[in-house]
Amino acid sequence: MSTAFYLALKETWRNKSRFLLFSLVIALITLLILFIAALGEGLGAGNREYLENLNAELVVYQDTAQLSIASSRIGCQTRDALRAVNGVEDVGAVGFSSVSIPEADAGEDLDISLIGVEPGKPGEPPAVAGQGLERRSANEALIDRMVAEVSGLQVGDRFNIRSPQGGEEEFYLLKVVGVTESQMYGIRPSVFVPIVKWDEVRPQAAPSGGAEDPACNVAAIKLRNPAEIDVMRQRLAAQVRNIEAVDRQTAYENTPGYSAQQQTLNTQNGFALLIGLLVIGGFFQIQTLQKVPQIGMLKAIGTPNTIIALSSLIQIVVINVIGIFIGGLVTYGLSLVFPPGIPLVFESSAILRALGSILVIGPLGGLVSIRLSLRVEPLIALGLGG
Amino acid sequence: MALSSVATEARSVTKIYGSGANQVKAIDDVSFSVRRGEFVALVGPSGSGKTTMLAMLAGLLEPSSGSVLIEDEDMLKMGEGRRAAFRRRRIGFTFQANNLVSYLTALENVELMLRLTDQHDQANRQRAQNLLAMLGLEDRMHALPRELSGGQQQRVAIARSLINNPAVVLADEPTASLDTERAFQVVETMAHLVHEQGRAGIMVTHDLRMVDYTDRIIHLLDGRLERIVTPDDDLTCLADPAACQLITEDALSSGGSEVAEAVS
Repeated sequence: MSTAFYLALKETWRNKSRFLLFSLVIALITLLILFIAALGEGLGAGNREYLENLNAELVVYQDTAQLSIASSRIGCQTRDALRAVNGVEDVGAVGFSSVSIPEADAGEDLDISLIGVEPGKPGEPPAVAGQGLERRSANEALIDRMVAEVSGLQVGDRFNIRSPQGGEEEFYLLKVVGVTESQMYGIRPSVFVPIVKWDEVRPQAAPSGGAEDPACNVAAIKLRNPAEIDVMRQRLAAQVRNIEAVDRQTAYENTPGYSAQQQTLNTQNGFALLIGLLVIGGFFQIQTLQKVPQIGMLKAIGTPNTIIALSSLIQIVVINVIGIFIGGLVTYGLSLVFPPGIPLVFESSAILRALGSILVIGPLGGLVSIRLSLRVEPLIALGLGG
Repeated sequence: MALSSVATEARSVTKIYGSGANQVKAIDDVSFSVRRGEFVALVGPSGSGKTTMLAMLAGLLEPSSGSVLIEDEDMLKMGEGRRAAFRRRRIGFTFQANNLVSYLTALENVELMLRLTDQHDQANRQRAQNLLAMLGLEDRMHALPRELSGGQQQRVAIARSLINNPAVVLADEPTASLDTERAFQVVETMAHLVHEQGRAGIMVTHDLRMVDYTDRIIHLLDGRLERIVTPDDDLTCLADPAACQLITEDALSSGGSEVAEAVS
């Protein structure tokens, strides 16, 4: 074992320029894979954050909507029926739409998800600064921290939102009463307004003026016993007509494009790993081919195959680890200078998964070269065989 | 000749490559032995089977029939792992080219044999340095192979082949890539160390000028043992085998009765 380490480290050290260059290639692969992972996490979070962090156990859709939030309508009567089901703690109406805040992002419009919620009910996120929404119809808004960072808005500030009403664009003035965090939806930062105000200002074919008890897209259900999700899903479906209740994960996995987006990024990640595998495999294969006479000589003088194989493996792991370390450092450095609007989230478990996969592809890619070195005949040292 | 003084012995060794109509007999019923402290040249024209014979002596190639013994042990009866262990402890090697590990210095190349046999201690490291110094490489110990001349590389390989006190030292055309002066130096050094340390040395060479430093010359022709002579004999036969029909009597007496058997 120690001789294998000795040979691996001596060869790496005495050819450090070549191996460093290859470590840099691995660093670039690491950078690519980490960024794809961060992008996957960022885009995923941008789609699912609000629903993932929802202060409710179940999300109720109209049964014909096929879990499409935009197609789902839950009316006042349905919400009342849901409230009446035994085991339901509380029900909140939630409505989703997309509008923009004019000139909020360095002179550019900032697209936001405008989410209507019932103050104090499930669906309204907690405020981390200021306070939550108070009245069902007030011109007040709870903004996501990202909106605050990009636009510079603070608690007490007033801002306009632009929303198409019929053929015209209308502006509505809202006051920031609080700031919440990690509430992205539809890859946009969110602004929460009372549900009645939401019904008034959301984009629609004709201005409605806002109903007193408007229909929303979905209902957020808080259960008395959060462990009874499956039982309650069945009970709700049995007792309330025309609804479909799902847990939060099912809800965000069915947001528009979420699964397709994650599949695309997973495919990209898979291809990046495959390319890494082929590049690492190719490099060590060429390296081994160049060393065939030397390996033959080592075997002829009695070097065991285990030392030759271990030495190759140790070298691959060392170069891989150095590459991953450099790639990790560069990724970290770059992550510090990216503006907050870019959907990159370096979440520890996703990063560890990515790093683990690169650590595995190194030795995996090198297996072919190790096999090749094991098949080298010692006779080659005498110019025979091969 | 006492049995214990025989370091290696080939007994009726035959090696056939291929099968059926494509059969080639590379070695045909060859027998000889080499004693401790004896330096022997294995000569013959290209294709005569010299290197094949050397590979079988090293246990790298299995004879089709017959046997090869090193210190009375038949390596072919050993498993692959034990055979490799036996090779690194009891056989020293010098090759024609690619002799050294390119990323190890001269001293590290010699010490590698000590590491492979778990003998890498201070005393043996000192012995490696002394051996290199004895070979005139005291100033080149920390040089990488690419910084050494061909002759220096061969001398490092000789030091490596001797560091484990092997029973047999095998050299495959060790002077092939050297100029005449360096070639003589290398062979002289090898002969000196083999004699001084009591190893059995076998050198494959096609350069008949090098046989002056050997004790006996084993001449192979078309895979057969043609004759065994000494450097003092008339070597015309080696250069022109067709001119000679008889085996030198001196060589027979020195090489053992197997030779007579092999060529009778």
